[in-house]
Parts: sequence; C-alpha cells; structure tokens
Amino acid sequence: MNFKNEVWVFIEQRGGKPADVSFELLCKGNKLAEIMGGVLKAIVIGSNTDEITKQTFTYGADETIVFDHPSLKNFRTLPYAKILQNLVKEQTPRIVLFGATIIGRDLAPRVASHTKSGLTADCTDLQISDVKYLNQNHSKLLLQIRPAFGGNIIATIITPDVPTQMATVREGVMELFPLEKPKEGKITKLEYKPDPVDDLVQIIKQHREENKVNLKAAPVIVAGGYGLGTKDNFRLVEELAHTIGAEVAGSRAAVDAGFVTPDRQVGQTGVTVRPKLYIAIGISGAIQHRAGMKDSNKIIAINTDPEAPIFDIAHYGIVGDATQVIPQFIEVYKHKLK
Amino acid sequence: MYNSIVLVKQVPDTANISGKVMKDDGTVNRSKLPAIFNYEDKVSLELALQIKERYGGKVIAITMGPPRASDILRECLYMGADEVYLISDRKFAGADTLATSYVLSEAIKQIGNYHFIFAGRQAIDGDTAQVGPQTAEKLNVPQITYTEEIIDLKDNKIQIKRKIDGGYEIVESKLPVLLTVLKDVVTPRPFSTKRVMAYKGAKSLIDLEKLTEENSLLYIDKLVHEYKERGLYINTLTTDDMKIEAERCGIKGSPTKVYKVESVVLASNGHKNIEATKNGLGELIDQLLNDHILG
Repeated sequence: MNFKNEVWVFIEQRGGKPADVSFELLCKGNKLAEIMGGVLKAIVIGSNTDEITKQTFTYGADETIVFDHPSLKNFRTLPYAKILQNLVKEQTPRIVLFGATIIGRDLAPRVASHTKSGLTADCTDLQISDVKYLNQNHSKLLLQIRPAFGGNIIATIITPDVPTQMATVREGVMELFPLEKPKEGKITKLEYKPDPVDDLVQIIKQHREENKVNLKAAPVIVAGGYGLGTKDNFRLVEELAHTIGAEVAGSRAAVDAGFVTPDRQVGQTGVTVRPKLYIAIGISGAIQHRAGMKDSNKIIAINTDPEAPIFDIAHYGIVGDATQVIPQFIEVYKHKLK
Repeated sequence: MYNSIVLVKQVPDTANISGKVMKDDGTVNRSKLPAIFNYEDKVSLELALQIKERYGGKVIAITMGPPRASDILRECLYMGADEVYLISDRKFAGADTLATSYVLSEAIKQIGNYHFIFAGRQAIDGDTAQVGPQTAEKLNVPQITYTEEIIDLKDNKIQIKRKIDGGYEIVESKLPVLLTVLKDVVTPRPFSTKRVMAYKGAKSLIDLEKLTEENSLLYIDKLVHEYKERGLYINTLTTDDMKIEAERCGIKGSPTKVYKVESVVLASNGHKNIEATKNGLGELIDQLLNDHILG
C-alpha cells in the first residue's frame, strides 16, 4: 500500500497557552518526518492563535493548519474531535501525535475511533523502522514503544495495515530543542462552522492553578520513595534538598502514601526530569519511576536493599538506611562548605 | 428516572506481579495472575447505583471478556446491579481498544434505553483510557472523561466537575452521555450478604453449556429457561446475538498489533559503591563539588 508520509502534531493550548508537550512532539515529529522523507504539520485549534502558530515554526513545523474561532477558545471534545477527524479523513496523514495529557487522552481516542486509525497510549519512545510482520514487509512504520502490564514489560506496538498511525506521548519524554532559525513554514487557515451538535457539552466554569513547582527546570532533585516509611522520615528528604539547594520530588508510591504532593511526582504518570543530579532515596526503581528520571546526568541511589533495580541505573550507590545516611550526608556537606 | 449502563472489566492484578508469573521469554503469564474487578469500574458502578437510588431507573453492567469474566458480573449483582451482560466470543479475542469499543457499542445498541454510560477512567492492564471515548464516538454520544463529582442532575442535563490539566472545570451535558470516572469519586459499597446469597449461583450461557456437557440429562434451552425464571441468568451475547461485522472485531478489527515485548531487565551500567560512612560520603561530595554538580 502507498501511504502519504506526513507527520501531524496536535498543538494543545490551555487558556491560550501552548502545552510544552506539543512543542516537544514537534521536535520529535520533525525527526520522524526527516527519516520518512515527509513533512511535519502542526494543527492549531483555538481562538487568537497567531502567537502559538508562529511558535510552531520554531520547533520545526513545515506547515501549520489553523482553525481559529471564538467558540474554540477552550478545549471541548465534540468540536475539536469533529475538526480533526474531518481533516484526517480528507488528508490521510501517516502519523498523528498528541500529548498524553487529559486533553490528548480525551481527544485522540475519539478521533482514532472515527477514522478507524490505530492509537497507542502513553508512548515513551517513537522510532521509524522497516518491519517484517507476519511475513509481510512494511516500510517505515512507526514503532510505538510503551510500558505495559503495570510497567512490567515494554511493548512495541505497530499499526501495519491502516493509513494513519496515532499515538499519545507523555509530557517531558521527548526533548525540547528550538531551531536556531525558525522554518519558513506555510500557514493554512481553515474555517470552522459552529454546529449546535458541537454544543451538547458546555463549559460552565474553569479553574486552573499555575504550577508553582517546576521540577523540569531544577538542576538538582532529591526524590524520596515509599521506602522511607513515614512522613516524618520524608522530612529528611526535604531537609537534604534544602541543604544542597535542590527541589523535592517523590515516587508515585510516596505520593499515594501522602508523603509528598502530586505535583512533585516523578515518573511515567508524573513529570519526566533530566537534572544534573538526581538523588533517589528509598525508591526501589520500578520502571514507571525510572521512565521519568533515567536520563538524569548523574544519579545517586540510597537504598537498604542492595538488589533494588534503582542501582542498575545509578552512577553512585549507597546501601544503607536513609534515616542514618541523610543526616550524615548533610553534616559532611555542611562541613565541606565551611 | 435514569437508566445506566456500566462498562466493567476483569483485569489481571498487575499491581502484584512477581517473578513467578513471568514466562521465560519475558512476557507475563496472564493465567497465573489473579483476576480482579478493575477498581475504577467498580467506582463507576457505585456512582450509577447512587443515581438509581436517588432518581429511580435501572443499572445494567456489561463486560466483554472470556467466560470467567462472569465472576465480576456476579459481583455487580452483589452490589446491586439489576441486570448484567457477558459479551463473549472467541472471535472477540485479541481485540485492541478500537475493536473492543466496536463490540461494546453494538451490545449497548442492542440493550438500548440508557441515559448514562459509565466506565472507569482506564483499566490497570492496559492503562489506555481509550475504550470509553471510543465507545461514545461509535454511539455518537458526548463524553465527559476524568469525572470527579456529579454536581447536579435535572431536566435531562447533568453538571459534572471534571479534572483538567492544572485544575478542574464544571461542564454541563445533555443526556445521554458517557462518563469516565476517577477512582476517588465515591467508595464502592461492600457486597450485600442478602444479594450474595441470592446471586452466587448466577450463570452465563457459557457456564450452563458446560453443565450440559458434563451431564447428558441436561438440556441447554431448558436450563436457560430455568435460570431466567429464577433470576439467575447472566445475559450472554455472542456474535450470533448482535449485528456484528466479523472483520471489525477481535484481532482482525484491531489496527494496532503487538510487535515485540521485552521484560524490563536493565543492563546495569555499573555504579560506584559508596560506603555509608563519613569518609565515603565525603569523597562523593568532593567529587560532586569538583564536577560543579553541587555547590
């Protein structure tokens, strides 16, 4: 079968602000399109979208398709899905990428269902490769790589037989690198005609809090896990972070146990970070956690269990009880700085 | 009065995977994992039951799965579901979310007469959160995902508080609508002892067919009739009972294919062991200071 080789990225915005993940996906999409010998298109849906549209070229878009209408200001499933599915049906892109955000995970399945496309959720890596599957050769398929089965296995999913391959990708998984010179891309403005059917669901009110914690920008992170045992012990993590000028983070188990707030969760369902130094304390290192921190420049693991998988990706390992190691670390550190 | 259809799923208990259930090739041996009621689906059943108690109506739970998935349908009856449906056929095996939502939507069309479709946000075995929205799309009804709270329900309109990235929003939808529900919305009620006694013998068509295979004196039509009379029949839908296009279900109807699975074995890149002593930590800190990672 002959398919087009366009890569599309849905550009998500919240209250007029673009989501980081959409630009991360443009950067990845740009690479994928290059390998496929195709083009990268950004799809912007919203109201007053000029600024966002301009930014898409900084991240590699060759063409940006814009639907701008006052009633599209905030994301609503029905009008957004209708716009995208009609566009996909008309133009049959080879790949469509969405952020695995609440918006992306709401929108992508609806569009995939309508267009009968394959959709893989929460990918941690995307590659292009020739594939032999069931004795058939497929050229330049999208390998959609994701943890499965509660993170116990890594699965590579392919969509060999339908024209459009769709995937959602978590924020922070792909690297963000603006081009030095933005592409001189084309802007295509298309019209959205409001339809009463699109208004079955109305937004009454929205409340958003600015994220005060910015783990992604922190050069040093001290993260604690369930292994710390109690909230009191977790304070040691905070104390160490305070001493060395780091941000505090936690594993999902630590968040679930109430040791630390959800906005500080690192891992597959939290934030993905790449700090200069990541200190993992009482974190066993389940794949979901590692997915969010394995690309840190240096990793120190502190754990009582010498077999804990976290040591496999650590650069420095300390086998010991955190309640003893942390105070010692703080004491020695303070002494050295004197 | 509002009728609800609740989508439930039996899932392997992926939270408690140990080495014992891993096959040599690194894949998971599903049959060795305990099968449980996907918790968020149980939460959505509870929500449907609360609507029924407050406004009247019926709660119907449906699941697509292998014959043993009737386990969780009995649990739905124990909690208070009025009717349950097992949607099961070998032809449905290997379905991805697209093929699953196709079969579910056809079953829902057959059952009909609903104001709400409820589902958990996602199932713990796949974590995709796709089947809800894809079922809604096929039925051409709106969806509200990530439901946190039902604020108001009147005049065929519902107001919902739902999670959004960085906060929440309140939306209003006309009915019918499909809702996917987060795990903290309500706490599922325990099984009613009375209902457990009443429904523990409930059986699906497939369960009853097994009985007839084991005992030549039993006739399937008679058995089904008998179980229906006693209110113990788990409605069973196969491809024969629905308007199903064979090429849209099971592996055939699934555009996504698992190409490769690998167990998560990490190649250790060899870390440096640091003694948990003042000297050991001192050397480490010196190194970090020298490398300008700290300080």
